[in-house]
Amino acid sequence: MDFRFSEEDEAFRREVVDFVEAELPWDWRNHEVDSEEPDGLKLVRAFKKKLADKGWLTRAWPREYGGQEASHMQQLIFGVEMSYRGIPVDDGGVSMVGPTIMMSGTEAQKRFFLPKISRAEIDWCQGYSEPDAGSDLASVQTRAVEDGDDFVLNGSKIWNGAHSGAGWMFMLVRTDPDAPKHRGISFLVAEMNVPGVKIERIPCMWGADRSLVTFEGARVPKSGLIGEKNMGWYVGATLLDLERSGANYSARALRLLEDLVDFCKENVRDGRLLSDNPLVRSRLARAAVDIEAARLVAYNVASMQSKGQIPNKEASISKLVGSETLLTVYGLGMQILGMYGQLDPESKWAPLRGRFEKGYMMVGANTVAAGTSEIQRNIIATRGLGLPRG
Amino acid sequence: MDLGLNEAQQMLKTSARDFLEAECPDTFVREMEEDERGFTPELWQKIADQGWLGLVIPEQYGGVGLSFFDLTVLLEETGAAMLPGPFFPTVVLGSMSIMEAGSEEQKRALLPGIADGHSIVTMALLEPTASWRPEGVEATAVPEDGGYILNGTKLFVPCAHVSDRIIVAARTGDAPRDVTLFLAPRNADGMTQTLLKTIASDRQSELVLTDVRVPASDVLGEVGRGWETVEKVIAWGAAAKCAEMVGGAQRVLDMTVEYAKQRVQFGRPIGAFQAVQHHCANMASDVESCRYIAAQAAWKLSEGEAARQEAAMAKAWVSDAYRRVCATGHQVHGAIGFTKEHNMQLYSRRAKEAELAFGDADFHLETVSQGIEL
Repeated sequence: MDFRFSEEDEAFRREVVDFVEAELPWDWRNHEVDSEEPDGLKLVRAFKKKLADKGWLTRAWPREYGGQEASHMQQLIFGVEMSYRGIPVDDGGVSMVGPTIMMSGTEAQKRFFLPKISRAEIDWCQGYSEPDAGSDLASVQTRAVEDGDDFVLNGSKIWNGAHSGAGWMFMLVRTDPDAPKHRGISFLVAEMNVPGVKIERIPCMWGADRSLVTFEGARVPKSGLIGEKNMGWYVGATLLDLERSGANYSARALRLLEDLVDFCKENVRDGRLLSDNPLVRSRLARAAVDIEAARLVAYNVASMQSKGQIPNKEASISKLVGSETLLTVYGLGMQILGMYGQLDPESKWAPLRGRFEKGYMMVGANTVAAGTSEIQRNIIATRGLGLPRG
Repeated sequence: MDLGLNEAQQMLKTSARDFLEAECPDTFVREMEEDERGFTPELWQKIADQGWLGLVIPEQYGGVGLSFFDLTVLLEETGAAMLPGPFFPTVVLGSMSIMEAGSEEQKRALLPGIADGHSIVTMALLEPTASWRPEGVEATAVPEDGGYILNGTKLFVPCAHVSDRIIVAARTGDAPRDVTLFLAPRNADGMTQTLLKTIASDRQSELVLTDVRVPASDVLGEVGRGWETVEKVIAWGAAAKCAEMVGGAQRVLDMTVEYAKQRVQFGRPIGAFQAVQHHCANMASDVESCRYIAAQAAWKLSEGEAARQEAAMAKAWVSDAYRRVCATGHQVHGAIGFTKEHNMQLYSRRAKEAELAFGDADFHLETVSQGIEL
């Protein structure tokens, strides 16, 4: 057992941090960027380009596809340092589409997509959830019917960031409606800029939007089919355990905690610094421990991945405890900020630029997106602990 | 970074599990709960023969010379098996503080006896103040005739009733940290030992010291600097206790999942119900979190770092998590888990003892709050 980064990995971490601190075009300590809004996406795109020039976005990939064949750990380090600073560099291209294509794509698909992802030349939005297929993802109904060299799409995908102007969607579509539900799904990537694609914004409580994308006879090339037709569920599913560590949640939470500690050391309430209030101290310390526990669970997942082991319940546990911890820390922040916590970021009175108010409204999405906490618990119980399916 | 065990550690773990399955089954644990001594000399000798008592003692003093981290690998198994007796106090409190603070002479005199099973050692740290801080030490040691005279009451002393030597912390000055450690024999004149009945049936004692004379040669470490050793012992103890707790928590999880698969209600195994599945998933998450936060503390200490923050974080987290795991385990087991014949209650009683040992979450959270620069 060794909890240190190797010298090489630590040197890489320093290099990343130094570069980001010098080159990031916005003040990460005081400004959150929403990459699912067009303005935010432009900012992120420009910076991603710089990271891509360094080869960092896909550092662990094979060289022939634009990677540097670095360790899994360095991919983790890069992700953690980005998450800690709230830099949304991954739209699913690096963590999901790329590895899926690498594992299941044809050579032509690899040559076409992977270098583009590596160089940050295409943006992605996710086409998994549908209005009637959320937690029960395998019941997706968006139809893809073969017609010549194309698939003709009908149906809708929801909760994605298509309104940001992302050029491509990766999605699960139904290619065989008569097969058992897990066996009639295909994994497809398609350009959004084709006739028959309608994007409608769904305003959400935190002031930003998600989208409902409706396909009405949209024609997309068959060359976007990744892996075998009707095997898309398995093409997409194996990936999650291989690529996700969940380290982003604790990295984000740690940064919030540090902001809160600073706030408490500078702000007086009822005649004393918040940091001198034993209740506040105890709550912050507890949050620090929660974050550390979540961080180590995630690092273990990365450690397993880097040894070629396939995490099973470990990845779900990491997602569960990481996202729940992030929720806890936002909630704690709002409690500590007290009356001020409710202020909109635009208010001159808003502490920490109102980041907690906005984040508090958004954070609930973390225990919902990418598999709700309940779904994670189902996976842990059935796949991890071998309990019978209900 | 590699958070897995190496081959040697994996072997140590497996052989410990095999040994304990054979020598320390739950029937034995139950028997020892009622036994006057709480362990058997036969098992103690077998443990010595395994090399466990000298696991972290350097070879030159008759030990095996493995690391503290290796010891915690073993402790995970003793925690899982609920090994009764003075193994933990002798190895963690006794041998480690002697290795840390003892003179060459003391090490030569004491460590080989610990390693070969002839000498049982414990530490008398706490008092009726029930504090893990130096201010809590009120027992006094006054110099006289080239030695010291000890007076005071020590409380919650583990396995004092079977120990040959007791490392007593006593005050040698008024400054809060002016504490000194003494290697007192248990049968010293003026020392009265009384067993306390405790939640985990783990044989803690009250120790009343009335004019107990200790020669200067039995001062452990420097006079007035004993707390430096105690601080380390608390960190080691916390990390070592966490390892035991991880082992226990894993066993509770396994036992609960097994029960959920077998127990049928409403015509199907209760483990098929999501309410029960989610209880089990929460337990698994807690166990997983415990494992790595505990391992980090043990590993850092093993590397010779002070690891104050890591040890505090580990003990704060694992103390609460193990209690949660047991509470949920009870919930899934229903009424049967509360019966004496069921193992569930053996673990939940020990979880409370372990939570309190070397500081509970509240105690360690204050350290953590300093560590995050509050």
